[in-house]
Amino acid sequence: MSEGTLYDKVWDEHTVTTLPTGQTQLFVGLHLIHEVTSPQAFGMLQERDLDVAYPELTHATVDHIVPTGDRSRPFENDAAERMMEELEENVRDAGIEFDDPTTGDQGIVHVIGPEQGITTPGKTIVCGDSHTSTHGAFGAIGFGIGTSQIRDVLATQCIAMEKQKVRKIEVTGELGPGVEAKDVILEIIRRLGTDGGVGHVYEYAGEAIENMGMEGRMSICNMSIEGGARAGYVNPDETTYEWLAETDAYADDPEKFERHKEYWESIRSDAEAEYDDVVTIDGSELEPVVTWGTTPGQGIGITDPIPDPEEMASGDADVARRAQEHMRVEPGETMNGYDIDVAFLGSCTNARLPDLRAAANVVEGREVDDGVRAFVVPGSQRVKAAAEEEGLDQVFTEAGFDWRDAGCSMCLGMNDDQLQGDEACASSSNRNFIGRQGSKDGRTVLMNPRMVAAAAITGEVTDVREMKGVSLA
Amino acid sequence: MSDVEDGPADTVEEVTGTGIPIRGNDIDTDQIIPARFMKVVTFDGLGEYAFFDQRFDDEDNEKDHPFNEERFQGANVLVVNSNFGCGSSREHAPQALMRWGIDAIVGESFAEIFAGNCLALGIPTLTADHESINALQQWVDDHPDEDLHVDVVRETVEYGDNEMGANVDKAQHKALVEGVWDTTALMEANAAATRDVAESLPYVESGSLPEVESDD
Repeated sequence: MSEGTLYDKVWDEHTVTTLPTGQTQLFVGLHLIHEVTSPQAFGMLQERDLDVAYPELTHATVDHIVPTGDRSRPFENDAAERMMEELEENVRDAGIEFDDPTTGDQGIVHVIGPEQGITTPGKTIVCGDSHTSTHGAFGAIGFGIGTSQIRDVLATQCIAMEKQKVRKIEVTGELGPGVEAKDVILEIIRRLGTDGGVGHVYEYAGEAIENMGMEGRMSICNMSIEGGARAGYVNPDETTYEWLAETDAYADDPEKFERHKEYWESIRSDAEAEYDDVVTIDGSELEPVVTWGTTPGQGIGITDPIPDPEEMASGDADVARRAQEHMRVEPGETMNGYDIDVAFLGSCTNARLPDLRAAANVVEGREVDDGVRAFVVPGSQRVKAAAEEEGLDQVFTEAGFDWRDAGCSMCLGMNDDQLQGDEACASSSNRNFIGRQGSKDGRTVLMNPRMVAAAAITGEVTDVREMKGVSLA
Repeated sequence: MSDVEDGPADTVEEVTGTGIPIRGNDIDTDQIIPARFMKVVTFDGLGEYAFFDQRFDDEDNEKDHPFNEERFQGANVLVVNSNFGCGSSREHAPQALMRWGIDAIVGESFAEIFAGNCLALGIPTLTADHESINALQQWVDDHPDEDLHVDVVRETVEYGDNEMGANVDKAQHKALVEGVWDTTALMEANAAATRDVAESLPYVESGSLPEVESDD
């Protein structure tokens, strides 16, 4: 049993009572909602004649189905329009703040919370989306929930949960040039497995994590769920506080900032905290990681050979064989040189300003390969505006990228941004599941944003460190 | 396809019926229900899209898949391998399986959010080791018309002349066997205690606290 960790402290602070099931009734500090998983929950609430209990602790945006091209209303897709209208009606009736596209604040739910300062340390945050773990970058405890639980939270501002174990993952050393947060988390999932985190919350620590900006920490916490851990977090520190001080929530209220900071400091894991498990990874040994298969755990260093299923345990070997058949790769080859048709720079994992800057730096003065469809989908309208302020949109469009509006887009292909047929995609997103990007024959290769940019330029998976004239600083 | 209503029943002590095996580890929620079928505002009709891309080709012709096989139609106990339901938190996944007709799932292991979503729908998720699951899948394959008996109370699965132990998570056991899995009702009863916790949290502004009557 863990003791004295941030998770233990936040759990205790938010515990209401123990339920007859033995589960804990846990208070939810922030409930984020979007158009795909909430309408049925509002429907269930109406059936029971219940109101939203804490509308001011609930915050809505639209991201999954929203078009990234023509966003004029009604949306061209009838089903998307219907979902948007349903959300508009639900938030209006309940008095929930809604960042719709006319506000300039719309974006992927896991991008807008942090940028507005409503994601804060020591807060419990839930959303009907598995990547809610992202918010853990701030020392919040964020987890994805299903629609019946959304009903619970709307009606009671609580969820019923069992306490989990805490595994500390220490990433020591300094990351090499061209190695990013995305590579660290892909390596963690590769080593511990896609189900290695089941029953656990991950605490990310160590020099490599401490030296990362908030965006990198978000990329790491974001993919905790791909490793089976429902939540992942980093203890808040000066980097966290610097980010928060500049947000809407605190910029004009230093007194509130100091008051809240006391709490933020108090929930940091103790130096002598006890963990159920500790894993150490040497960050200085890592290189850019790309996936060769159809789960996020099937990753390798860009110079490493694709593993041989014959050398795996029977269950993993079957999965690997099917994955290699789908991806059309052979054991022993590297992924370097794998032809791609699409380059997607976006998603709640990697579509924040530093991601776009890093990719733009690779793209600048070059042209997208003839056979490649490349596009950038900023994580939020604010990210988009900030990037345009710096002229990044020009860099991308001059190189031949499409520059789009904010949303989940081709990460899961719920709008028109989808792979066609068996297209292969260099993607900065989080899942390479078969069918994930909208085509059941589509092939996804996950990688960091610079590597996506490099693949767009060359038309194949490319070690960005080998590209001439690219600054990796 | 089963005809189901939203909302909980009383207790789920056992499930009896024929089985259907889905083999393979890491079967994710994008396979169970592709995202394009989630552009809906209710869960009605999701059953026909369960495993859609595994079941149909581009021309909507049926492919080899247990959910297409005549002999497995009417089955209500799904037998799977490890890390079933990984990926997204979409409740659409267990909803699609339930609306296809699945009442219980037995497997090597489940992704956490998926298992939680199943519980919210009253679908037990039982676990057993690799060998036991393989044996059960083989038996179901060989005996598609014979009932198996999933006993949530005793944590066993009986099939043919066999009985195997199968683990039911403690909270799930209590919830299903005692019929206390309507968490909304359970937690609503503690509205005053909830408000107290909210009030004690430094980041919750007093203006956002609702008025509530004291708990019973």
